Amino acid sequence: MTVLGDIVGTPHVRDGGSGDAVDGITPRWVAMPASNEECAELLRLADRDGLAVVPRGGGTKLGWGNRPRQVDVIVDTSRLNRVLAHEAGDLVVIAQAGTPLATVQDTVAGAGQMLGIDSLWSGATLGGIIAANASGPRRVRFGTMKDLLIGITVVLPGGTIAHSGGKVVKNVAGYDLGKLFTGSLGTLGLITETIFRLHARPPTRRAVQAHLASPSALGLALQDVLRSHLTPTALEVRWDRSSGRLICLFESIEPSVAAQSDRAASILSRFGPVDVVDDISDLERPPWARGQTGLKIMTVPARLPDVIETVLGAAGEHGIDCRIGGHAGVAVLLVALDGGPEAVASTITTLRSRLEQEFVVVLEAPAPVKERVDVWGNAPGGALMRRIKEQFDPGGIMSPGRFVGGI
Amino acid sequence: MEDRERVVARMQEAVGPTAVITDREELRTYECDGLTGYRAVPSLAVLPETAEEVQAVVRICRDEGIPFVARGSGTGLSGGALPVEEGVLVVLARMRRILEVDIPNQRVVVEPGVVNAWVTEAVAPHGYYYAPDPSSQIVCSIGGNVAENSGGAHCLKYGFTTNHVTGLEVVFADGEMVQLGGKTAETPGYDLVGVLVGSEGTLGIVTKITLRIIRRPETVRTLLAAFPSTDEAGGAVSGIIAAGILPAAVEMMDALSRQAAEAAVHPGYPDAGGLLIVELDGPAVEVEHQFQSVQEICRENGAGEIRIAENDDERALIWRGRKAAFAAMGRISPDYFVQDGVIPRTALPQVLHKISAMGSERNLRVANVFHAGDGNLHPLVLYDGTVSGEAERAEELAGDILLVCLEHGGSITGEHGVGFDKKKYMPAMFTADDLDTMQLLRCAFDPRHLCNPGKVFPTPRLCGERPGPYREHPLQQAGIAEIF
Repeated sequence: MTVLGDIVGTPHVRDGGSGDAVDGITPRWVAMPASNEECAELLRLADRDGLAVVPRGGGTKLGWGNRPRQVDVIVDTSRLNRVLAHEAGDLVVIAQAGTPLATVQDTVAGAGQMLGIDSLWSGATLGGIIAANASGPRRVRFGTMKDLLIGITVVLPGGTIAHSGGKVVKNVAGYDLGKLFTGSLGTLGLITETIFRLHARPPTRRAVQAHLASPSALGLALQDVLRSHLTPTALEVRWDRSSGRLICLFESIEPSVAAQSDRAASILSRFGPVDVVDDISDLERPPWARGQTGLKIMTVPARLPDVIETVLGAAGEHGIDCRIGGHAGVAVLLVALDGGPEAVASTITTLRSRLEQEFVVVLEAPAPVKERVDVWGNAPGGALMRRIKEQFDPGGIMSPGRFVGGI
Repeated sequence: MEDRERVVARMQEAVGPTAVITDREELRTYECDGLTGYRAVPSLAVLPETAEEVQAVVRICRDEGIPFVARGSGTGLSGGALPVEEGVLVVLARMRRILEVDIPNQRVVVEPGVVNAWVTEAVAPHGYYYAPDPSSQIVCSIGGNVAENSGGAHCLKYGFTTNHVTGLEVVFADGEMVQLGGKTAETPGYDLVGVLVGSEGTLGIVTKITLRIIRRPETVRTLLAAFPSTDEAGGAVSGIIAAGILPAAVEMMDALSRQAAEAAVHPGYPDAGGLLIVELDGPAVEVEHQFQSVQEICRENGAGEIRIAENDDERALIWRGRKAAFAAMGRISPDYFVQDGVIPRTALPQVLHKISAMGSERNLRVANVFHAGDGNLHPLVLYDGTVSGEAERAEELAGDILLVCLEHGGSITGEHGVGFDKKKYMPAMFTADDLDTMQLLRCAFDPRHLCNPGKVFPTPRLCGERPGPYREHPLQQAGIAEIF
């Protein structure tokens, strides 16, 4: 602890407590570095002494991934929280990784701009959203972190500080480390600085939804919207037991929003009753509550009805409650499962056996569920991922065990 | 190449005798890509027709320890497909099948030799298109686009190749064939598809590509605005962005480019110091409103004539000069270097003045035609190769222009790739630690550096070395390997 204090300053290191636990494992220390150099010193020390490091931003997705094999030091990025530059004319923002997304949005809103990512987890930081590859409803229009991140600084075990990309959107020089670190869940190194492209903040929004009586109606409605000329910023589904909704969100100048929502209403009305959604805050939260299990199912639009039927069927067979939400436009579903750990785990196993073309990942789950299933399931390219891990983190100190295949 | 005969025999067995080229004269066809300044005749070329044949070829290279380079249509502008003299060139031009068109899921699966424009042709009847549109799109291959992460005029709004690839089948240097990603928007684990796209053929050979296609917009509006100089045109671009408008494309040409385009393809552009092409697309109502705003912004910034395309033919006419601009330089200069630097858009006027001054100092003309919306410059340094010393001066100027881009926080390449041509500038953009860290990826995929060696990175470390101060590798100390 003294050595950690020498690196980050004594007030910025403390013993780990139960509130710092990762999947029930309490770290020995929590260190809060304030610069790339301090991060480098920390990781050099950890690498030398074989200390397992778990990076933490807002801590909102710390339970994602497998239970780590070991946690010695939490590197808390809350002091890496500055927006370093907002270059409004170039639609670019540069910020340290511990900066909350909300802070960035506030900073750029003054110029009528926004970072085109919406986090379903309030309090999330840029680094955390990148590491978890978290995304929200507006990914239908703006993409995910990998589409918006144009430059990154990372610190590797051993203390190397490396950059890739830069502050111009169009740039193909060198390998794109930003893509590699997006979704790497703290297993390759520590993300310390980020550069993003921004978008203009649309002045108005309106959402319309269709109430649908069957998944097949949802599938047809979705195809008609996808084949129309509409340009929704979000295209969401919500499904409970026997009925559900397809929600189209339009964000643009007023005349466009008005015309498009009218057109959408006319398309959707062929499949069920249509109304305007006044409060869209429900779109900006995951469907599960604390203590429940949250799944992410990645499929293709044409398979959405089948996948929804399969989820409903499996949950019913195992006698648990389920709630389905997610991004219909890109066919990424978020599913909440609520029930005893045995039944939830069995449901997940059933889903994986029936959804052979899909990827079923457990995002959040209580420990007894995680003990019973592999949270990642099938992931292509596992052997290559392991080789990448060995190159970047040969000592295996970064979030050991949390990732695909126990990486 | 040692034992060339044995290698040739093995290759012939793998892909058939007619798919192996060994004659030196025939091999000269492949001695360079679109950047003809660099040439190297490969030891042999193979033309596989299937992914399995590619795998067989790579396995032979692996067994024999021979470097290999993949090549698509050979339109690249950075020497990325420059052969290795002692190596095998893997020509993918015979792998040109469109394997699947999946409209409900907005995906197309293709082989690497498929030409970019064919994808749009295949899905156009359904009202879809493939967005990345490099100027060479009627010739260039999707495999090459994947290697270079190609852009095009419309990537301002729709992104680059990397934003439109969801799945890859890849043969790696160890001879393994792996499926990465797929039709889904994402897959669990490290984003290996994201890592592969834009890696310039140095991590593996792509044998199958799943592309995202998008719906044709309801409306497209295009205008051509003539400004007294590129300064005013640049002001209009800033004004459009500040108004919250994201055009599908914003292209600029200076007086010299206009003159060359006029001589070559006669688009009938108005006489101007700076020409701006602005294209908007999307829902009709939105586009009409924004199109009015764009015209006002152009006028406020000093536009004289504004031509509006009233139909597809008129739009094609506006684009004709722009798309032909590189080739058109032949009309006003015997030789030229094309550069591909990127700058933050707001630095545009400053950097253009600097480039012009640098040209005058060296008594060379520089034509500018570029993607103004995203600050991607294509300065064309004109010279006469028959005048002693002029080519060297021009090359020096082209390099200095990249350094100016870097001084303004930009990049040495926006879409052409680093390849062989610009690797010497990589240390000006990245630190040794940055480059060593990128090299870790190379070591994970291709530790023996067999796959397109000598590209992108100036002097790669041997795999197994850690980033940090240079130390001699144990293999080097033992005299087993050399760094080249």
